[in-house]
Amino acid sequence: MAEKEVKLFGNWASTFTRRVEWALKLKGIEYEFVNEDIPYNKSEELLRLNPVTKKIPVLVHNGKPLAESLVILEYIDDTWTEGYSIMPKDPYDRAQARFWAKFADDKCISAMSGVSTSLGEAQQKMLQEAREAFQTLEQALGSKQYFGGDQIGYLDLAIGLFAFWMPILEEIVNVSVVDDENAPLLKEWFARILDVDMIKTSLPHRDKMYELSKQRREQFFSGQISRLN
Amino acid sequence: MAEGELKLLGLWGSQFVNRVRMILEQKGLSYEYFEENFVNKSELLLKHNPVHKKVPVLIHGDRAICESLVILQYIDENWSGTGPPVLPANPYDRAIARFWAAYVDDKLLPLLIDTLKAETEEAKAEIIAGVHAVLEMLEGAFKKCSAGKSFFGGDSIGYLDVTLGSYLAWIRAEERISGAKLLDETKIPSLTEWGNRFLAADCVKKVLPSVERVEALARMLIAKEKSSRLAN
Repeated sequence: MAEKEVKLFGNWASTFTRRVEWALKLKGIEYEFVNEDIPYNKSEELLRLNPVTKKIPVLVHNGKPLAESLVILEYIDDTWTEGYSIMPKDPYDRAQARFWAKFADDKCISAMSGVSTSLGEAQQKMLQEAREAFQTLEQALGSKQYFGGDQIGYLDLAIGLFAFWMPILEEIVNVSVVDDENAPLLKEWFARILDVDMIKTSLPHRDKMYELSKQRREQFFSGQISRLN
Repeated sequence: MAEGELKLLGLWGSQFVNRVRMILEQKGLSYEYFEENFVNKSELLLKHNPVHKKVPVLIHGDRAICESLVILQYIDENWSGTGPPVLPANPYDRAIARFWAAYVDDKLLPLLIDTLKAETEEAKAEIIAGVHAVLEMLEGAFKKCSAGKSFFGGDSIGYLDVTLGSYLAWIRAEERISGAKLLDETKIPSLTEWGNRFLAADCVKKVLPSVERVEALARMLIAKEKSSRLAN
C-alpha cells in the first residue's frame, strides 16, 4: 500500500496538534497520524524531522517536514486551495486573525498554565490575568457566530480546543475563567464550536483528558515535571 | 488593495519597528512616522494598540495592524504588486520563512534582553554561548533558504532577512559592550557574509540605527537595570 503523502506527528491531547488535524479534515485531506509520547519519549523520526525545536506537531507532506502549528495551518490553506477556505480573503482580516491567534497562544494558554501551576495569592494573580486575557480575546469574536464569521475559520481552528479543555481545567483547579460574567459571548462560542460536525467527531476522549490534566498537575506539584506542556 | 494613508508608530531602537520600516522602504511606500516615547505612550498608540500598547503599529487609513510579523505579512499581501515580494511565492518556502522568523524572535530576543541584565562573567558567557548556538542554527537555515542566492528571500531582502537583520544593530552593540565576537565568520561564514550584504542594502542603510547609537542605548538600559536592582 502506498505511503500516504501526508503524515502528522502529534499528540492526542495537544491543542497545537488538534488545530492541524481539524484543518486537514476540513480540507478532506487523508493523513497518517503518529501519536508522540511527549515530552520525554519522542520518537527518533520526530527528532530527525524537527531537530530545531523538537516539538509537535510536525506535518510531513511529500517527504518535506514543517513545524509550528499556525505556520502549518496556513501552509495547508495555501497548498490545498480547492477545498474549504481557512484563512480570510482580505489582508486586513488575515492580519486580525493572525494577531489574535498569537494573542491566544501567548496570553491565554500561558495564563491558564500559570493558574494550574500556582497556589494562593500567586494563583489569584494568574487567575485575574487569565480572566482578562479571555475577556480581551472575546473582542475578536464580537457578535459573530464564529471567529471566521458565519463559518469556522483559522482562528476557530486555532483555539477551538480551548472550548473542550477549559471547562475541564476549570473543574480540576476549581476556578472560573470563561463564564457568563467574564466572557459570555466566548462561552456561547465554546458551545457552538463543539457542536460543529467535524469538530464534534474529532475531539479527545473527555475522561482521558480529565485524567491526563489532573495527573500532569499532580506531577508538577510533586516536582516530577517542571512544566505542564 | 485597500487604500489610505500610512502611519507608523515606532521607537528608533526597536528591531520590531525597524524590520517594518525596511520593508516599507523597499516597497517604496511612503508613510508618516511617529516616534513614540518609551515611558509616555501616545494617545495614538493607546488607541490603535489597546491590547499590547506596543510598537510597531501600522495605521492604514482607519485600520491598525499590530505585531511586526503580522504587519510584514499585511504589507506583502496588500501591496503584492508593488516592489519585491516580502514572502516567497511557494507555500512550502513561505512556511519555512515563517517558521524561522518565529524561531528568531523566540530565541534571540530573550537572549539579548538577558545581556542587559547579566551580572556575572559566567552569566554573560552562557548568554553568548546561547547566541552562538542560535546563529549556528541560522547558518544552516540560510544555506537552505537562500539556495545559493544573496538573501534568505533569494535575490532580494525578504521577511526572514529583515526579521533576523533587524537584530544586527543590537548584536553588534553587544559585541562592543561584551568584547565577545558574536558574528564569528569562522563559525558562521555564510551568515556573516549575508550580514554584510544585508547591512549594505539601501533599505537597511536608511533605517538601521548606527552601532554607536544602539550601544549608547544598550549601556543606558544596562545602567538602568542595575540601579533598579540595587534600589530593591
